[in-house]
Formats: sequence, C-alpha cells, structure tokens
Amino acid sequence: MPKITFIEHNGTPHTVEIGVGKSVMEAAVHNNVRGIDADCGGECACATCHVYIEPEWLAKVGLPEAGSQEASMLSFAAVTQPDSRLSCQIIVTPELDGLVVRMPEGQH
Amino acid sequence: MSETQTRVVIAGAGHAGGSAAAMLRQLGFEGSITLIGDEPIPPYERPPLSKAWLKGEASAESLALRPAEFYATANIDIRLSTSVTAIDRAAKTVSLGTGETVSYDYLILALGARARRLDIPGIGLRGVLELRTAADADQLKAALGPDKRLAVVGGGYIGLEAAASARGLGAEATIIERETRVLARVACQQLSDFFEAYHRAQGVTIEVSAGVAGLEGTDGQVTGVRLTDGRLIPCDAALIGVGAVSNEEIARAAGLACDGGIVVDLSARTDDPSIFAIGDCTKRPLPLYDRTMRLESVPNALEQAKQAAAAIYGRPQPAPEVPWFWSDQYDLRLQIAGIPFDATQIVVRGDIAAGKFALFHLAEDGLVRAVEAVNASTEFMGGRRIIQRGKRLTPERIRDMAVTMQELAS
Repeated sequence: MPKITFIEHNGTPHTVEIGVGKSVMEAAVHNNVRGIDADCGGECACATCHVYIEPEWLAKVGLPEAGSQEASMLSFAAVTQPDSRLSCQIIVTPELDGLVVRMPEGQH
Repeated sequence: MSETQTRVVIAGAGHAGGSAAAMLRQLGFEGSITLIGDEPIPPYERPPLSKAWLKGEASAESLALRPAEFYATANIDIRLSTSVTAIDRAAKTVSLGTGETVSYDYLILALGARARRLDIPGIGLRGVLELRTAADADQLKAALGPDKRLAVVGGGYIGLEAAASARGLGAEATIIERETRVLARVACQQLSDFFEAYHRAQGVTIEVSAGVAGLEGTDGQVTGVRLTDGRLIPCDAALIGVGAVSNEEIARAAGLACDGGIVVDLSARTDDPSIFAIGDCTKRPLPLYDRTMRLESVPNALEQAKQAAAAIYGRPQPAPEVPWFWSDQYDLRLQIAGIPFDATQIVVRGDIAAGKFALFHLAEDGLVRAVEAVNASTEFMGGRRIIQRGKRLTPERIRDMAVTMQELAS
C-alpha cells in the first residue's frame, strides 16, 4: 500500500499506509494522525483537512482547479499558502507512494 | 493519581463519543478509555445516511468514523450493543445494560438525540420509519425504488434530504409539513421558498399547513397518511422526521442539570466536575450569541469532543467556533454559518434564480449573525470568518458582487 507522511506543525512526522483509491485525508483519519480534523467527513464542505504539499510532490499532486469547490473552500481556510490543498480531495494512486505533506498550525 | 491510571468512560458511541475517544489518544492520553454504544457497529458518520447511503453511493466501510481495527490499535475498549443505564456519581461508576458496573475518573456523556415520536394512530405500522441510525437507513433504503411512494412527515433537513434521495432512486415523494413552509424552524422565508420550488421542480409534492391525523394501513403495513383535512396521501413507506429530543434521562436521574439538553459550560463540563457531556444531548453556551442552545450538528459534536478531551488532558481550550451546518439535496449544497439570532435584515448576495447565492442575516447595527449559502462556498467560508470576527457590513457592500468576499472579510 502507498505510504503517506504527514508532518505536524511542530515537525513531528507520521508515516502511514493507505489503500489506492482512498483520500489523503482518510490516510490521516484512519491512523488518528493529529492535526487533520476533517469535520465534514470528506464532503469538501469544511476545509479542516488542509495540508501543504511538499515542493517535490506538487507536480504530481497538482493544485485545485480555479473556480472549483476546493478552491473556494481554501480561499478562506486558516493560514493558506500557494501549495495548499484539501487532503480529502487528493485521491491516493500508486504514483503518490511516498507523498509528504505538512500540516498548518490549525484547521479552524 | 498518575495520568496512565486515569479511567475515562464514554457513554455513547456516535460521532461525538467516537471522536472524543480518538482525540484523547491524539493528545497523548495514556489512561484507559471505555467507549460504550447501544448500536451493534463502531462509530460512523450519520450525515450520509439521508444522502449517499440511501442512494447506494456509500459503503459501510466508507461510513465508519475509523476503521474497525482502530479501537484495538488505540487501546480503546469498545463495548457495543449495550448502553449506560445509570450513573452513580458518589461511587463514580456507571451501570451497563449487561448488568456490569464500570468505574470512571471522568465520564463523558455522548448520549445523542432520538427522533421525536408522534402520538398518532397507526404510528406502529410496518413501513412507518424514522432516520437516526444506519439500521433506520437500511429500512428506508429497502422501501425506496422506482414505483415506490414515500411520504415524509416533517419538512426539515432530514425530510428534504430523504425526499431528494428518494427522487434520485426513482420513487415518488410527498413532503407533509405542519407549518406554512418547509425548514420553518431552521431557515428564513427566502430559503424555504427556494427549496420548495426546487423540490417541486424535481417532482416532489409538498403539502404545507398540513396536519397529520394518523397513518392508515392494511394487514399491519402502512398504505397512507391521513391529513386533518380528510385527504389521504397514499404511500408504501412513511418517514417521520419531526425533530429530535435529547437522550438526557440518565443524566437527569443522576441529578445533573438538564434543560432540554444536559447543561454544560464551554469546556463541555456538566455541573459535576468529573462528568462531561458532548454532542446532540447537550445544551451549551454560544459565546458569539450570548445564549445557550442545543445544537444538532456534526461540527458541534466535534467541537465539544475537543473541549472535553482538552479539559481531561489538561490542555488549553480550543477557541470557540462559529456554529455551522450543511445539507446536500440534488445538485444543491447548502452551507450555513452562524445562527440568525437578533437579525433584523436579510441581504441577498448573488442570484437566487440561478441557484447560486447567499443570504446574509444582519443585526440592526450591521453585525453579521448568519450566512446561508447555496452553491456559494466562498460566501460560506467568508461568512464564517466575518461572524467569528464580529464584523459589521452594509447591505450595499454585501450585494455588490464587484466587492469580493476576501474584501468583505478583511
């Protein structure tokens, strides 16, 4: 199974495994990784599964399409950056094995 | 007492209870956690029950809050198909339906709410359903399909979502609402009008100002809803969605303060310092609105789970959140930030006819109290921030689409 590494805001890394077809948000929630709240359960309705994509992964993961639901939710998420994504909208593929994402200071 | 010996018992394994257990472990709590729930399955997401689950677009696995093996991995002792029947505050124990007694240092009551029951003839007929649990949703799902007719008593969120899902499955749907409009308790007139028109365009029949005299059936199976004006709405199943009541009985019996919900403070603590209460069963302070109220929502359950976990583990309390709600019907996403207490004016931003708009509820002085957004996530997210910051806005600026939400919120 692909491995995903979440780096907490304080620098603590958590590497977890998740099946292909699941979301990066689910990888965190299933393994109880702190810092991904995912209040809405993956409906792209709350912007509390916000992550920053590590630069070397940005090309593979991509950015949300302009005008998309994710882009509008992110426009007001806490502490956004140009490499911000909602992790519930990133579906895990074999190509994303090894993905590293960082977590913001808070989700609210 | 060292922290590793601290015993936390959580009564109720819904979204709130399951999340509180997970959050305690996330914080690093190493004491024992016993999670007790009366349903046969571990905690799961309830919102999809009236939406994706009904339409067959979700699996039991996707509904689960955490994978089944999580509880063993996280050393959470999960007891299913049983419930807490009594609390002994002096002895700090709870009694379970199994006859067992469990000791606690901290007790978290996550008892949830149950569907309000109507005391009318025929309520016990087969095919008269409610929608709170996965088992309820399975019964409703089995009753839906092409050529089936669903009658929905109650035009609240659950009723509207179920009607939308029923239409998606090819069933006929009739919504029967006692008030003069659907969503009467939870939304403003414009929003009710919009949703009524949308549902009608999707083929749903809506009867407003309609009283229900009783349910009628043949051989024990419901066949129709009799209205007080004498008309019969024929159906193969009737969903009763007329609100929910707090499961506060064991708290009340234990002498905890209850007032249409277990009374808690902003750390989710009851008037017993060892007992917390979270989620649908609580009556909680709303600091932004200077009131207390019972909020039935997932965000509220999660916020209070965080509060209780932080208090038990001795961490600072999270900042109060703006209450928010969401509902999906057809291709409509309704997102609501805040509650329109003290609002005297409603300002429309966007185009209602185009199905993409937000209703801003303002107090006399322009203070934004609530934003109801339909297919307008930017307005919803911006609204949450505006409400959190206590911003005042003029109707002219809100209406002006040349002013971006970023500008409105800054």
